[in-house]
Amino acid sequence: MALRIPRALYDQLRQHGEATYPHECCGVLVGEFDEAGGKVVKAAVQCGNTRTDSPQNRYHIAPSELARIQREAMLSGQDIVGFYHSHPDHPARWSSTDLDEAHWTSCSYVITSVEKGHAVLTNPFLLLGEEDRKRFEDELYEVSGK
Amino acid sequence: MPIKVLIPTPLRPYAGKQSVIEVSAQTVGEALSSLAAQHPDLRKHLFSEDGKLRSFVNVYLNDENIRYLSNDATPVKETDIVSIIPSVAGGI
Repeated sequence: MALRIPRALYDQLRQHGEATYPHECCGVLVGEFDEAGGKVVKAAVQCGNTRTDSPQNRYHIAPSELARIQREAMLSGQDIVGFYHSHPDHPARWSSTDLDEAHWTSCSYVITSVEKGHAVLTNPFLLLGEEDRKRFEDELYEVSGK
Repeated sequence: MPIKVLIPTPLRPYAGKQSVIEVSAQTVGEALSSLAAQHPDLRKHLFSEDGKLRSFVNVYLNDENIRYLSNDATPVKETDIVSIIPSVAGGI
């Protein structure tokens, strides 16, 4: 099981974090689940961060954006397979807030650390378990293409 | 009348692994009740013990959050799509 993402999309989500620095960026990964439980990312959809009260350390995607993205993805035979956001001047590890606010079990949560405006590390985490016993695990990933 | 309900990835294990389920309903509330009746394991993932939608679960009728329409009483028509959307947020 792994998250497979084309190089262009990987670069795109990292650049999104640089563009919104010192604020957090966020977006949705659309693609397909394979039979082995892995995921192939086909699109990284940039979203707005609605947490304008504290955008340097919080993110929230408007549910109206999620509803539209999910509907368009599913009607075209794809799925939401994960999400991404950035941690400005903070490690690319999930935080307790990230876990508390994560509800999409079996999806990937990709976090990029952005230090002084430059994307450094990008790590995916897989959300597992039920709501009252959920957890993140490190997820394998492959970046394909040049 | 039959309408489609889109099931998000995390709830599919409790909905027979289906991504789209057709239910017969006149309102959004009836659609959700019908869904929970067909798939009882879904109920606790959609509703809290007081029977209200869990705080992190949003329900959309096409592009509108039912909280800004008439909630459960929001009427539906055959071409409508009901989407269940868990929230996405976090931070440092």
